Amino acid sequence: MLKLKTATLTLALCSALNVHAADPIKVGVALDISGPFATIGAETRDGLNLAIERLNGQLGGVPTEFLQTDFAGNPEQANQLVNRYLQRDKIDFFTGPVASNSALAVGPALFAAQVPFLSSNPGPSQYAGKQCNPYFFGVSYQNDTYDEAAGKVANEKGYKNMVLIAPNYPAGKDHLNGFKRLYKGAIKDEIYTKVGQIDYAAEIAQIRAAKPDAVFFFLPAAMGINFIKQYVGGGLKDIPMIAPGFSADQDVIAAVGEPTMGLYNTAHWAHDLPVPANVEFVAAFRKKYDGRYPTVYAAQAYDVIMAMDAAVREVDGKVSDRAAVLAALKKANFKSVRGDFSYGPNHFPIQNYYLRVVEKDANGQLTNKLVSTVLEKHQDAYVGECQM
Amino acid sequence: MLIRIFPWTLLLVLALFPLVAPLFDFTYYVGFVRHLLIVMIAATSLNFILGYGGMAALGHAGFIGVGAYTVVALVDAGFTSAWGAWATALIVSAAFAAAIGAVSLRTQGVYFLMLTLAFSQMLYYLAVSLRTYGGDDGYGLHTPLTLGLGLGDAQGRILYWLVLAIAALLFAFLNRVAVSRFGYALRGVRENETRMAALGYPVYWIKFTAFTVAGAVAGLAGALLACHNRFVSPSLMHWTESATLLVIVVIGGLGRRWGAPLGAAVWLTLAEVLKLYTDYWRWPLGLLLILIVFFAPKGMAALLDNRGKSP
Amino acid sequence: MDAIFLIEQLLNGLGYGLMLFLLAAGLTLVFGIMDTMNLAHGSLYMVGAYIAAQVHERSGSFVGAVFMAMAATVVIAFVLEMLVVRRIYSRGHLAQVIATFGIILIADDLVKAIWGPAPMLASTPAALAGPVQLLAELPYPAYRLAMLAVGLLVALGLYLLVNHTRIGMLVRAGASNRAMAECMGVRVDGVFSFIFALGAALAALAGAMMGPISAVQIGMGEAILIPALVVIVIGGIGSIRGAFVAALLVGLVDTAGRAFLPPALRAVLPPALAADLGPALAGIAMYVLMAAVLILKPAGLFPARA
Repeated sequence: MLKLKTATLTLALCSALNVHAADPIKVGVALDISGPFATIGAETRDGLNLAIERLNGQLGGVPTEFLQTDFAGNPEQANQLVNRYLQRDKIDFFTGPVASNSALAVGPALFAAQVPFLSSNPGPSQYAGKQCNPYFFGVSYQNDTYDEAAGKVANEKGYKNMVLIAPNYPAGKDHLNGFKRLYKGAIKDEIYTKVGQIDYAAEIAQIRAAKPDAVFFFLPAAMGINFIKQYVGGGLKDIPMIAPGFSADQDVIAAVGEPTMGLYNTAHWAHDLPVPANVEFVAAFRKKYDGRYPTVYAAQAYDVIMAMDAAVREVDGKVSDRAAVLAALKKANFKSVRGDFSYGPNHFPIQNYYLRVVEKDANGQLTNKLVSTVLEKHQDAYVGECQM
Repeated sequence: MLIRIFPWTLLLVLALFPLVAPLFDFTYYVGFVRHLLIVMIAATSLNFILGYGGMAALGHAGFIGVGAYTVVALVDAGFTSAWGAWATALIVSAAFAAAIGAVSLRTQGVYFLMLTLAFSQMLYYLAVSLRTYGGDDGYGLHTPLTLGLGLGDAQGRILYWLVLAIAALLFAFLNRVAVSRFGYALRGVRENETRMAALGYPVYWIKFTAFTVAGAVAGLAGALLACHNRFVSPSLMHWTESATLLVIVVIGGLGRRWGAPLGAAVWLTLAEVLKLYTDYWRWPLGLLLILIVFFAPKGMAALLDNRGKSP
Repeated sequence: MDAIFLIEQLLNGLGYGLMLFLLAAGLTLVFGIMDTMNLAHGSLYMVGAYIAAQVHERSGSFVGAVFMAMAATVVIAFVLEMLVVRRIYSRGHLAQVIATFGIILIADDLVKAIWGPAPMLASTPAALAGPVQLLAELPYPAYRLAMLAVGLLVALGLYLLVNHTRIGMLVRAGASNRAMAECMGVRVDGVFSFIFALGAALAALAGAMMGPISAVQIGMGEAILIPALVVIVIGGIGSIRGAFVAALLVGLVDTAGRAFLPPALRAVLPPALAADLGPALAGIAMYVLMAAVLILKPAGLFPARA
């Protein structure tokens, strides 16, 4: 009985939604509003909403409905949400998840339904290589490339001995392998820690004992915050740290404060990158969100919406012609906040990577400062495995 | 009278649902109900040991994971038969449940709860670090398993009807067992272990058998879930998933026939609907839990069941 | 592997153990004496951390912030006790788990509504920010030494309170036989309220102390709740002494697992296998310890009730 009632209720809701839907474009957004990546999810949404606001809620001049729902960082729930978007809402584009595992979970259903998936963050190696798909666009980056850039930075800084540290899951190993791809020095130790670890004293003692020239760490979200706090408190300040941009972006800086000073990190974007579209984006973001500096996640999410906008404009709003939409997306013909870039055959970007360092800005606020370009027009290592 | 026709009517409605759904553009809800049915299988198995046997296990999601990863392992090795995979999942998770039960059942109450949690955490961390099956990234089952017998692949409506049939059979089976000699012995153990032992019942073996059966059924639910999602990741085994199952069983009604299905239907539907309207979808669920503990201590099934006694 | 390294790891293990003890002490007190399984202890820990971080940021005084956090959390706990917890004392553990799980869900959303989804800034007090030179070759974080001291003080204070004061006697009386104590004129309700408030103060203290060395964010309570539960179960539920010993044991085993297991395995196994196996085993060391203890002693190391 109860189930019948809920079914009627949902029926009523569905028809209510369908009444005012005079064929707008629909974009399904799966967000990490709660769960382990809640902070990044909030940044993603702020970036998306800024772009939506600047486009007056339209893509290519066509009224668009942006469906935003939380899936709590759980890949199974992401899967369920995507099925709802596909079967009930019949979306035309998809974006949103923060983590690679969620992206990998929802991919197959989207590809089967021929819905373009524009990643606003994760770039798993699977989608760059063997499982590459015409409907996937790694608008942001391929996971390994941040680490590759960090490896090159380590060479340039003349580090001969390093300790690497990452959580004990396959993605952690992938990130360290990415670092080792371009790093030429010796590796004193590779430490793998428990997922969700709180206390890093034992690992910090190991690092002290190993006396490396520098430390490279990949510890996303709360793990990175815990690690940096304890690393500096443990008196290892003199051993420099390098990290991919995720562990040293504005969200981490805001949570850790002073101990992040001098942290070198690599990313494909920086808020002080002198690109006109970026200057405009950063100013608008800071105006809308109380003077806060945007993170790379917000920048990527903004780019994703702009990429959709350009593609819809190019096909004159006929999003049902998927082949044309894909061809339009492939051109990357929009004002990206990272500057111009192009896609490789696996739909992952060929773009520059930069070195940033955490410093105080003119107002004494801690933030990243652009240092130099590390890799120019760099392409990921998996493109050769992609048959598309 | 109503009580007699209700299960058959429900079964009929659920069986017809996929045929009617496309007429109302409800295709998505076929998948939703399929997921719901699988959760109901797992919850019913937990209700069997918790409601009738008084064993508060906080590691039931571990067995779901074992079942799901058994399917992954078989698919990875090139095996494609759905029946074979499901049967293997049942056996493998029964073996895990037997091993874990043999150790955990030496303890009681909160110690039992924590020990089952500890074992499921071990399984979770094992799955996270297992590179072969994707670890934390999970494992995608890109081609569906095959059913043979002219039924095609284990997907879509066929999978729905199979899940429905399995759920109905298991539901009937576990409820039949609950009112058998074994079931009454199990309830006796829940009420007073010492007395049952004094009466000559093999208390440990009764609990062990029930625990193993429940673990096996949860494993089957996991195998079905793997086919439903076409994706398996360690998050299936996270301790919050075990806690959710516990919540479903308790709010539905401990040791009540319709407790687990009712709890699963209400909890999952509420979570689905609330998320449509707000980011703050957790606190209403939390409030619901507190209200149920206060005002419906025997669960929602007891509120509906005005006979006021457990079947 | 030299002596300094061993000493340092030993200190790390004790430090992590005392960290867990701060949280476990309140948990086991409420659990053992009131027979109430309070999962919302993790939420009180989170609230304590948030308030301390905020007050520290605004006022600049860390000690003041810790006391503010404890006071505010006690008030919150008082309301919680009146509205919810008082009504579930006499209910089974399962009802308590469900109701307090409900409190967790509400608290997480409430904290998000007040402080937002991003982690809070919680800085180390300036005086304790750097390392102290313990031995010539052994710098140790000053803040961790302070945490060690606080943990030991709490352990000592609780021991004296429960065993050598009048209120402790009432508490023990209420715990061992509630009906009898009530007949003898003890106001058990009042004693229970006091214990719940004390537990909340300890949770807030733990949260406030952990803030500067860990991420202050939603979900932090749940993340540390599981190790804390492991500690009180190993120790024997309700036993302060048990929680203390078990916390140190868990701290040492966990640290030793992380520090020594991977290199040890590398020495005996092929490198690829050791690299996979070492961290995985280190990750579950705590659970293996608990399973081993419970197999040998099904009611923990120091069963509080005969």
